[in-house]
Amino acid sequence: MSIVTSKSRVSSNTLAATIGHYLSTYGIVLSFVILFVVLSFANPNFLTSINLLNVLRQLSINGILAIGMTFVILTGGIDLSIGSILAVAGVVTGSLVTQQDPHNPLIAALAAVGVGAAFGAVNGALISRFRVPAFVATLGMLSIARGSTLLYSGGRPIPNLTPEFRWLGNGFVAGLPVPIIVFAIVFVLSWVVLRFSVYGRWLYAVGGNSRSARTSGIPVRTMIFSAYVIMGALAGLAGLVLTARTTSALPQAGLGYELDAIAAVVIGGTSLSGGVGSVFFTLIGALIIGTISNGLDLMGVSSYYQQIIKGTIIIAAVLIDRMRNIDP
Amino acid sequence: MDASHSAEASSPGVAKREAAIAASNFGGENRPADPEVLLEASGVAKAYFGVSALVDGRLTLRRGSVHALCGGNGAGKTTFLSIVMGLRQFDSGTIICKGRQVRYASASEALADGIAIITQELSPVLDMTVAENIYLGREPRRGGWFVDKAAMIREARTLLRRLKFDIDPNATMRSLSVAKIQLVEIAKAISRKSDILIMDEPTSAIGEKETATLFEAIRSLQSEGVGIIYVSHRLTDIFAIADTYTVLRDGRFIETGDLAGIDRRRLIGLIIGRDLKDSAARAESRPGETLLEVDNFSRKGKFENIKLTIRRGEIVGLYGLLGAGRSEFANALYGNDPKDSGAVIIGGRSVDIRSPADALRHGVAMVTEDRKETGLVLSCSVAANITLSSLRRIARFGFIDGRREAAVADRQIERFDIRTPSRETEVRNLSGGNQQKVALARCVGTEPRILICDEPTRGIDEGAKWEIYAFLSAFAQAGQAVLLISSEIPEILANADRIFVFRRGRIAGEIAAVAATQEALVHLAS
Repeated sequence: MSIVTSKSRVSSNTLAATIGHYLSTYGIVLSFVILFVVLSFANPNFLTSINLLNVLRQLSINGILAIGMTFVILTGGIDLSIGSILAVAGVVTGSLVTQQDPHNPLIAALAAVGVGAAFGAVNGALISRFRVPAFVATLGMLSIARGSTLLYSGGRPIPNLTPEFRWLGNGFVAGLPVPIIVFAIVFVLSWVVLRFSVYGRWLYAVGGNSRSARTSGIPVRTMIFSAYVIMGALAGLAGLVLTARTTSALPQAGLGYELDAIAAVVIGGTSLSGGVGSVFFTLIGALIIGTISNGLDLMGVSSYYQQIIKGTIIIAAVLIDRMRNIDP
Repeated sequence: MDASHSAEASSPGVAKREAAIAASNFGGENRPADPEVLLEASGVAKAYFGVSALVDGRLTLRRGSVHALCGGNGAGKTTFLSIVMGLRQFDSGTIICKGRQVRYASASEALADGIAIITQELSPVLDMTVAENIYLGREPRRGGWFVDKAAMIREARTLLRRLKFDIDPNATMRSLSVAKIQLVEIAKAISRKSDILIMDEPTSAIGEKETATLFEAIRSLQSEGVGIIYVSHRLTDIFAIADTYTVLRDGRFIETGDLAGIDRRRLIGLIIGRDLKDSAARAESRPGETLLEVDNFSRKGKFENIKLTIRRGEIVGLYGLLGAGRSEFANALYGNDPKDSGAVIIGGRSVDIRSPADALRHGVAMVTEDRKETGLVLSCSVAANITLSSLRRIARFGFIDGRREAAVADRQIERFDIRTPSRETEVRNLSGGNQQKVALARCVGTEPRILICDEPTRGIDEGAKWEIYAFLSAFAQAGQAVLLISSEIPEILANADRIFVFRRGRIAGEIAAVAATQEALVHLAS
């Protein structure tokens, strides 16, 4: 066989592979579109601008967390502590903007992100420097950050937040709720960073094969550390937005939020072993979760059932992915 | 090369077989079944999506024979063997196994017919014992529910003893070397009454001593009447252990015969499809000033007091048995592994290398021994791998310039003749040789002054090997230097200017390549 035919062999294999590749890559987007269309027909209240904005506003918190989780999971890690970090950032920021002792909302915002990043830095240091498994380190932090929240707030909600601060959760810019805008900015920034920056490329390499990344001259530990700091900072940001939406900072906020964030990433097809995935698909994952719970709400399905349905969808998403990837 | 004669001495009944092979070489379809023939395949063809991967697969395996299946990447070996093992279906041709025409629908059917494969990727349960691994899923039972451990260990011991494998059935797999783990896999196959063993690159991950152990085991299997199809890119091994060969090229049968009747050079010629230029083509090098000086390099238990210099324009070889400390030294020099002490001077300046990032900054790049584990990110594209170590060069304000990246990747793909459908293809889909070229291209992209290559041709085909040799030679001649680590003596003799031999963590001697012989290296190393 000549070189020419052996080359065409490669390309014809590639054609089939490419079709399969697109199907397995964008199948999740297709699922979302189908879900959206079905709900539009099933319930007249679904396809209204008020409802859709509501869906987006509700999923903005989980969306911000899921984007941070994408960074962490891309390195092959996991962060279970984000719900607690969200809460600690929430009470700290809330305590800065009470009507009794109000500070500039911007300072409160920086404090929330800073507190989140600091907790994330502890996670990152434990995992990257001292080789504590991410599951264990962040499980411990889940408890520590929740305890810190309760200690800081005395276990009570912090009420009477200033209206300027609450604008961050309830205000509108150009007809769009502020939380959605915050989420959109976070999404676009992280999409650009992961896709086009040296940092993003390095993160994928570290998750894909940390030993090869190291021999390629990439500062692997610093990369892993940074992913947890970003996660922490975004959890702080989510805590800020959530606190601003409610009238007071709640110490029990964010319970179980890590599960929804991980679910969005997993439904989006990001590999839990690292190196494969993107925030675009995480966005789709978050949209699917948000749309489904909204649709079930509209149809008046009990929230007890909703939990069961959500869990089933998470497992089904991974199951379908597995079955598609098994060679015939 | 002289090893080809020893193969004759070690395999019984060569003359008888020779005659039989001569009779069965070409088109023996309608002969009565010969009980000595285990497997006979002819005219086996397979096309994917209308394009042929295998046009004419032919092979005759006899009892007690080690049959080398040779061919470069894309020659059709893998397709051929997958068909024989029942993993893929063939379009036309015949396969006769022990006198019966067969067409396996699955691997388990082939296994039931006594065909087993020992692959490069072994998958033992590391925390279980040898006996448990051998009988995994087929444990001797007591009362139908409980594993009869005593019987299992007893049977395993008898089996290992019969095969003359020096392995304790109670040892955990984790405690065994790679070679011994392979032996356990072989024992497992034999315990399933397999008499056709396919061994795919069995020596690619093991050292000389272990290779000797494996070869002894293979000879023991031969005397039991097992036929072995031996696939390897290491011609030295082929000449040492196999007695017959079949060459495939571009999906076609090229030649079969007795290894005693062919020399290394002609076999390489058959595999790559052209005559080899003289391997002494490496130009007389004229080394320049000292580029790298290493002194007092030590790491407890690994290597001690290593001192060497490399000059511009040189390829310096490091030879030694597995575990002699050569790879450990190179990795420490590159900053990949820790060291206890040691000074490095590059271009007259003392440098401190503590990580690969430091090394790359000082102009030292390394192609590591295991490209899949430590050289490439398999889930990333060819382009991303090529530029991974030099991203900063093609980035502006921390963002990658896509057009520059594509240009750099395309240039390297062309320069190294990397066979890939596109630069966006994931590296995992490339063949071993092409993966190695990607790893090399990544290192070269950092424009190093010193290139460390640890076993750069392990497990890759002859054609790619020669391209890598040619590159290293050109790289050195351009005024840089190469540190070449290899356990293939002919490779190191043909490519290095000077050779340092490691023995038990120390440099046992330094020889100029012109004065070096195979015997001298082995003598110093062991």
